[in-house]
Amino acid sequence: MTDFLANLDTLLLWAFAGCAFVSAALMLVLRQPMRVAIALVSCMVFLGGVYGLLGLHFIAAFQVLIYVGAVMVFMVYAIMLLDPRDESGGEKFSKLLWPGIIGLSLLAEALAVGYWSDLPGAPRGAAGEPFDMVRFSAAFLSEYWLHFELTSVLLLAAVVAALAVIKENRRHDHG
Amino acid sequence: MDKVQMLQVLAASLFALGLTGVIIRRNVLVMLMCMELMLNGVNLSLATFAHTMGSAVGAVLVFLIFVVAAAEIAIAIPIVLLLVRRKRTLDIESYSDLKG
Repeated sequence: MTDFLANLDTLLLWAFAGCAFVSAALMLVLRQPMRVAIALVSCMVFLGGVYGLLGLHFIAAFQVLIYVGAVMVFMVYAIMLLDPRDESGGEKFSKLLWPGIIGLSLLAEALAVGYWSDLPGAPRGAAGEPFDMVRFSAAFLSEYWLHFELTSVLLLAAVVAALAVIKENRRHDHG
Repeated sequence: MDKVQMLQVLAASLFALGLTGVIIRRNVLVMLMCMELMLNGVNLSLATFAHTMGSAVGAVLVFLIFVVAAAEIAIAIPIVLLLVRRKRTLDIESYSDLKG
């Protein structure tokens, strides 16, 4: 029992990783966009669990808050808005199905070869000490302040571009 | 089996699955979601290395990728909306106006 409890986090990590992989694979074969969105949401939640088990709790929280809470909700709204208008009703896969599958199998083979050959292990830092929110925030706002500011410029550009696209849309409707 | 190695393999697999989805699926919204999956693979790789090395650089990059993903989706959805209004379809193969 104590062995089981000691290995519980490893077990959970493997379970979360396996579930994330399965949901990502499901995204390729499900037909309806809403089901694909639900598979992606579950993949993101499982990845959040992986981050939590790694000790990166704030990344896990933001993964769920930003990705699942903001990005995917936006995506689900878009699917609800656009899917009924889709009149194609065509095939699920594009003409590039076989090249895509061949490329994926080649990549999987390369991964497998790399995995079972003796590669040098990743360099270990300060014994993997978990860094907390305080340390992360201090590094973010002192060492990486330029990136932080550039990010805000990027968000502003995104807002302006989205407004421009909507304006173009209206002009198209009236003209 | 090493935990870090397993997570790196998972990250590469997520990226590869996302790339394959972008190539083989026809629905534009599904393609966008596959791009999100690719970003998630990169995030997992960065977070794993941040955990292994005990440094904050990886975590900072993960946050920058969060912002890029949010900005990407904020622009991509209006563009898709515009395309669907004009073409009445989500099929990527009908958006071939620029084809020579």
